[in-house]
Amino acid sequence: MSKERKLICIVCPVGCEITATIDEEKKEIVSFTGNQCRRGAAYAKDEIFAPKRVLTTTVRVEGGFLPVVPVRTAEPIPKDKIRDALKELAALKVTAPVAFHQVICPNVAGTGVAVIAERPLPAEPGEKAG
Amino acid sequence: MRKIECDVAVVGAGPAGLAAAGRAKAAGAGRVLLIERDRELGGILQQCIHNGFGLHLFGEELTGPEYAYRFITENQAAGVEVLLGTMVLEVRPDRRLYAINRRDGMLEIQAGAVILAMGCRERNRGAVTIPGTRPAGIFTAGTAQRFVNMEGFMPGRRIVILGSGDIGLIMARRFAWEGAKVEGVFEIMPYSNGLTRNVVQCLHDNDIPLYLSHTVVEIHGQERVEGVTVAKVDEKLTPIPGTERRVPCDTLLLSVGLIPENELSRDANIELDPVTGGPVVSDEMETSLPGIFACGNVVHVHDLVDNVTRESWLAGEGAARLVQGRQPRGPLLNTRAGEGIRYVVPHRLHLANLKERETTLYMRVREPAEHVRIEALLDGEPILSVRERVVRPAEMVSVKIPPGSIPEGRTATELTLRVVKEGERG
Ligand SMILES: Cc1cc2nc3c(=O)[nH]c(=O)nc-3n(C[C@H](O)[C@H](O)[C@H](O)COP(=O)(O)OP(=O)(O)OC[C@H]3O[C@@H](n4cnc5c(N)ncnc54)[C@H](O)[C@@H]3O)c2cc1C
Repeated sequence: MSKERKLICIVCPVGCEITATIDEEKKEIVSFTGNQCRRGAAYAKDEIFAPKRVLTTTVRVEGGFLPVVPVRTAEPIPKDKIRDALKELAALKVTAPVAFHQVICPNVAGTGVAVIAERPLPAEPGEKAG
Repeated sequence: MRKIECDVAVVGAGPAGLAAAGRAKAAGAGRVLLIERDRELGGILQQCIHNGFGLHLFGEELTGPEYAYRFITENQAAGVEVLLGTMVLEVRPDRRLYAINRRDGMLEIQAGAVILAMGCRERNRGAVTIPGTRPAGIFTAGTAQRFVNMEGFMPGRRIVILGSGDIGLIMARRFAWEGAKVEGVFEIMPYSNGLTRNVVQCLHDNDIPLYLSHTVVEIHGQERVEGVTVAKVDEKLTPIPGTERRVPCDTLLLSVGLIPENELSRDANIELDPVTGGPVVSDEMETSLPGIFACGNVVHVHDLVDNVTRESWLAGEGAARLVQGRQPRGPLLNTRAGEGIRYVVPHRLHLANLKERETTLYMRVREPAEHVRIEALLDGEPILSVRERVVRPAEMVSVKIPPGSIPEGRTATELTLRVVKEGERG
C-alpha cells in the first residue's frame, strides 16, 4: 500500500511543499515531488518516519529570583513524546539556586534524554524585589 | 549627585548592548559601563525560552537565555562594569547621560562614547485601533510571553492571536503546550509575517489554524474579553461585509509588529530614519551626533539575534576606535533603497572602510518574490549582484560587499540597492 504525505520543508526560507509517496509496509519513501534540493528530501524522510523536536518549557522553582526556570531537552525528542514530557515537567518543582545547564530531569518521558536548565537562577535575596 | 566617568557607556543590556560592551572592551576601550533598567542582563532574550538563537553565528541552536549567558559570562571575564536597575533618562549631545536608580538616586555619567541599545517595543492595540469594548484580556504577545515564561502564570485559557509575527506564533505553541485552547492566528496580509519554520513547528505541529487575509473587526466583553468578530479582507485590506464570524475567547494577543524604542534619541535630536523608526547610522554604527552610536533593535527591527550581535560588534569597535582617536577619515557615501527595497542599514559608508573591510548591508524587501537578484549600483553603475532564490519582507536580506569592491581613487556619492527579477536586464 502506498500513501501520500504533504509537508512544508523548513530547511531554508523557500518553504517548498513536498509530496512524498510512502510505502507503508516497507516504511520507505518511494518518491518525492516538490522539493528543489536534496536537503529537502532528507528533511522529509526524518519528518515522516522520526519527527523530533527540542522541547522548551518552564519548571516551578522554590525560593528563586523568579518563580519559574526555563528548561529544555538536551537533545531533540520524538514529537509524540512531547505531551508526556510536558506532563512530567509540570509536576516537578526545584529549589533555588539553579546552576546553568543543571540537570532538572535525567530521563524525560522515557526518552533517555535529560532536561536541563537554560539559565542560572539565583535564590531570591531576602526581601521581594519590584 | 553621584558622577561617573567612563570611556564607553552602553544604554540597554539586551544582546545588542552585551555584544557592543564586550567588543568595545576587547578593542581596547578603558572603562566600559553597561547600564540596564531591569534587575538582570539579557533583555528580551530572557523571556524567549525557545531554541533557534545563534544558528548562523555559532552553528548551534541556543535558547534565548543560553545565548545571553554566553555574552554575560564573556563580559564579566573581560571586566565590563554593570549598573543594574538603572534607567537612563536623558542623553546629551556632549555624551553626558542622566540616569536614576534606587541606590544612588540621580546619576551623571560622562562618557567618551555612548552606545544606544534600548531595543524595541511592541505595537499595542492603539496602533491597530479595533472597535469594540475595552475589557481585560488584551495583551501584546511579548507581554504574555513574559507572564508565562518568567512570572509563571497563564493570562488566559482560550486564545485568539491577531498578527502572524514570530512572537505570536511562538506564543501560540507555548499556550497550546500549557493546555490552553488556541482558536487561531488571524493575519491581515495574504502571507505570514513569521518565519516558515515557526508556521510549521508552532502552528501545524499543534493543529492551530492560520487564517490569512483575515482580521479582527470587533472585540466583545464587558469586564473580560468574551470573544472577537473576525472577517476576511479584500486586496485593499478592508473587511468584506458578510464574512464576519464570532470566535469565543477570553484572551486576545496582538502580534502586530515592533517599533524601535527611541525616546532618548528623539530628545537628543538624533536624526531618525522615518522608515525604520531608528537612528540614521554610518558603517561604524555612529548616529548623526558624533560619539553617539546605536545598534540592535533600536536601529531597525531584526528577526535574527545573530545579526543583532554582528551589528553590535561594529558599534563596540566603532566606539573604541573613537575614544582611541582611530576613527576612519575621509569621504562617506550614502546608501539608498531603490526599487523593491524598503530600507537599507547602514545609511552612510566610509570609502576608507569599504576599501579595507567587508561591509554588510541589511535591508528589507517590499514584497515576497522568487528568483531575483539584489543589485548594488554605485552612482548608477552595477558593482555587485547577488542571487536570491526567494525574498520575503519578514526575512531580512543581507548583502556583503567584499573589501576593495570600489575601484581605487573612485569618488562616489551613492550606493543604491534594488531588486531585479532574474532574467530581466537592469
Ligand atoms: C519575542 C521575541 C522572539 C524572538 N525570537 C527569536 C528567535 O527565535 N531567534 C532569533 O534569532 N531572534 C529572535 N528574536 C529577535 C531577537 O531576540 C531580538 O532581535 C534581540 O533580542 C534584540 O536585541 P536588543 O538588544 O536590540 O534589544 P532588547 O533585547 O530588547 O534589549 C534592550 C534592553 O535595553 C533596556 N533599556 C531600554 N531602555 C532603557 C533605558 N532608558 N535605560 C536603561 N535600559 C534600557 C531594556 O530593559 C532591555 O534590556 C526574537 C525577538 C522577540 C521580541
